[in-house]
Amino acid sequence: MRFRIFRYDPDKDEKPAMRDYEVALDPHDRMLLDALVRIKEQDDSLSLRRSCREGVCGSDAMNINGKNGLACVTKLSGLKEPVELRPLPGLPVIRDLIVDMTQFFKQYHSVKPYLINEDPPPEKERLQSPKEREELDGLYECILCACCSTSCPSFWWNPDKFVGPAGLLQAYRFIADSRDQATAERLDDLEDPYRLFRCHSIMNCVDACPKNLNPTRAIGKIKELMVKRSV
Amino acid sequence: MAVARRNFDAVVVGAGGAGLRASLQLAEAGLSVAVLSKVFPTRSHTVAAQGGIGAALGNMGEDSWLWHMYDTVKGSDWLGDQDAIEFMVREAPKLVYELEHFGMPFDRNENGTVYQRPFGGHSQNFGERPVQRSCCAADRTGHAMLHTLYQRNVRARTQFFVEWMALDLVRDAKGEVLGVTALEMETGEVMVLHARATLFATGGAGRIFSSTTNAFICTGDGLGMAARVGIPLEDMEFWQFHPTGVAGAGVLITEGVRGEGGYLLNKGGERFMERYAPNLKDLASRDVVSRAMATEIKEGRGAGPHGDYLLLKLDHLGPEVIDKRLPGIREIAKKFADVDPVKDPIPVVPTVHYMMGGIPTNYRGEVVVPQGGDPEAVVPRFYAAGECACASVHGANRLGTNSLTDLLVFGKAAAESMIKFLQENPGHKDLPKDAAERTQARLARLDGQKNGESVAEVGMEIRRTMQAHCGVFRFPDMLAKGVKKIREIADRATRTQVKDKSRVFNTARVEALELDNLIEAARASMVSAEARRESRGAHDRADHHSRDDANWLKHTLWYKDGDRLEYKPVHMKPLTARSIEPKVRTY
Repeated sequence: MRFRIFRYDPDKDEKPAMRDYEVALDPHDRMLLDALVRIKEQDDSLSLRRSCREGVCGSDAMNINGKNGLACVTKLSGLKEPVELRPLPGLPVIRDLIVDMTQFFKQYHSVKPYLINEDPPPEKERLQSPKEREELDGLYECILCACCSTSCPSFWWNPDKFVGPAGLLQAYRFIADSRDQATAERLDDLEDPYRLFRCHSIMNCVDACPKNLNPTRAIGKIKELMVKRSV
Repeated sequence: MAVARRNFDAVVVGAGGAGLRASLQLAEAGLSVAVLSKVFPTRSHTVAAQGGIGAALGNMGEDSWLWHMYDTVKGSDWLGDQDAIEFMVREAPKLVYELEHFGMPFDRNENGTVYQRPFGGHSQNFGERPVQRSCCAADRTGHAMLHTLYQRNVRARTQFFVEWMALDLVRDAKGEVLGVTALEMETGEVMVLHARATLFATGGAGRIFSSTTNAFICTGDGLGMAARVGIPLEDMEFWQFHPTGVAGAGVLITEGVRGEGGYLLNKGGERFMERYAPNLKDLASRDVVSRAMATEIKEGRGAGPHGDYLLLKLDHLGPEVIDKRLPGIREIAKKFADVDPVKDPIPVVPTVHYMMGGIPTNYRGEVVVPQGGDPEAVVPRFYAAGECACASVHGANRLGTNSLTDLLVFGKAAAESMIKFLQENPGHKDLPKDAAERTQARLARLDGQKNGESVAEVGMEIRRTMQAHCGVFRFPDMLAKGVKKIREIADRATRTQVKDKSRVFNTARVEALELDNLIEAARASMVSAEARRESRGAHDRADHHSRDDANWLKHTLWYKDGDRLEYKPVHMKPLTARSIEPKVRTY
């Protein structure tokens, strides 16, 4: 199978280049990551992140034939050749397929992604009804792979000011939690022309999410809450 | 060459469940803590745990920590230390409630309490009938737990060193541990992190086998680092084969599938577990189910064109239960087995999953080694928790859900021991002059190696050898050959070579350094397995079919230096409960 892979090592390359690879696959090689592991056996200088190889750790996000996705859950059989692989767009490249995710995590951290509840905790669990808990479905499953935020033009232009779909999904995950007491504070923080309102609902994030989550819907819910509290 | 150094009160190596639970405790105590991780914390392998956390909350019916303790001791085939087990099961409910207070999105019952599901080997009233003890968030419990712990650490402003790989332990002439050397992957810089106390929470080494549920990062780094400075590894012959890895792919399918009512079939459509474990059936201990499956395959009753897997049926649960309780499994089955479990059974096969052994500790998380007649002398300033540690709560076979319980309980316990030690022992000890020498020598050797071995090739040899010689069923001649082979491979592993010489994010170098750790874990496992002439828990020998308490009710200790073994007694005395005496183990 044929691949064209973005290569750049700042230690020796003046500028990035695409390199061609041809690799013989084993019948057991099902996913793109399997092929990348084989390529690395031929050329150990190819650098990428990977860990769980089952789509739950979020390490191996990359741009695959023009679309962001996880290499470990992208089937080889569906890919057009040569398979073109590039680092996630919009973030600085450290090397090859490895990007600097500092800005992405900074935005995630900026939404206070933790439960805020100042009441003294009860002796046992805080109670939450199954219906209240259901509100968190489609939100808590985010794996922070950055496929969504790096497919969003608003994030490309303003990665320092716009929280981006991943961060906003997590902001809503805590707003939606019946145990959290900081909704007002969280909405105040997001009521800003950039932090929230750079989202123009073009839904690239929904298309890119390998976990089938819907950040656009979560962002819509945050906007709704803002409207509600202003009337 | 001078190596930069930084000082901390505490250094935690690893940011999975145990590392994050510990770092939270340390950061909230106001200590300066550095947490090193090869990967961003939420990418640690805890994220892949699915089924739940074991704790006797009693939300679904009567339960008691005494029953949880009994199940764990029996599950361990009596090799678990009963003081550590009592400590774990009694702490468990508190730590689950605490995790809930941190924001963990547990599934809920109608009355608002945490939902608990049945799991293998967990029972009511000392083995009578299954109990619902596994506290879960759908089939993504590890993901939910790891993210919750990370989020809580963000709140506590814990200092992370992300994509820093610890390379070697710094130990002074008196044997005290004074921190680690580490490689910053992005820049290739090496640093000494000088600590007043050091905790290893480095996870398992499942990547020594070719068929494993474990992530690429599970390379036994803590084991290698400990072994290289003379610390023995305990009970490394005990490797858990999870009954349900996706055939061919190795990806985990949670035991929660069987907890929710799924069951295993052979090619004739027979529910064969009824023959092997008439009482708990598909919810017997993992070692029992995996052996039954391997027997079915060996005796020609496996399914599929080559008769080499079994079928996990769950369609009878209906799409509603599957989508609510097991959504991740449906996703995995579709992607990795091309089946939709709402309609068709999933092809599964026993797959390496968990390392019961590890760095020897007591139930306070302190690392202990034999010294001057004391089988468990504390190694000053050194702690371990989670899969890399052997407390030993899992003995010869771990019960499902007890791994996450272990991470929480011993992550916190180790941190509390560290806090107490740091209060009583102010100030840093001086670093030895040669603190970075071992690391620099390893890196220089790797950089200068000519005509060396390929890292990928040697790694493959380790995995093939472990898989063929140290599997579900173990044979004396195969083990003996395995020891010889793995020693030869260990020799080759000293001559690995990487072509990539870049300083920047050199993952080829990282993989070569990981191989130094993999080989120690593999050698410890094979040598310990060859020597243990009995069958206990996950260790099943064709020439010694039963458990031999008279000769083998003892923990193995493997030393890298001299590639030799020692043994130490099992703690049969719990902290307060009555001792659970060994008896025949049936399910």
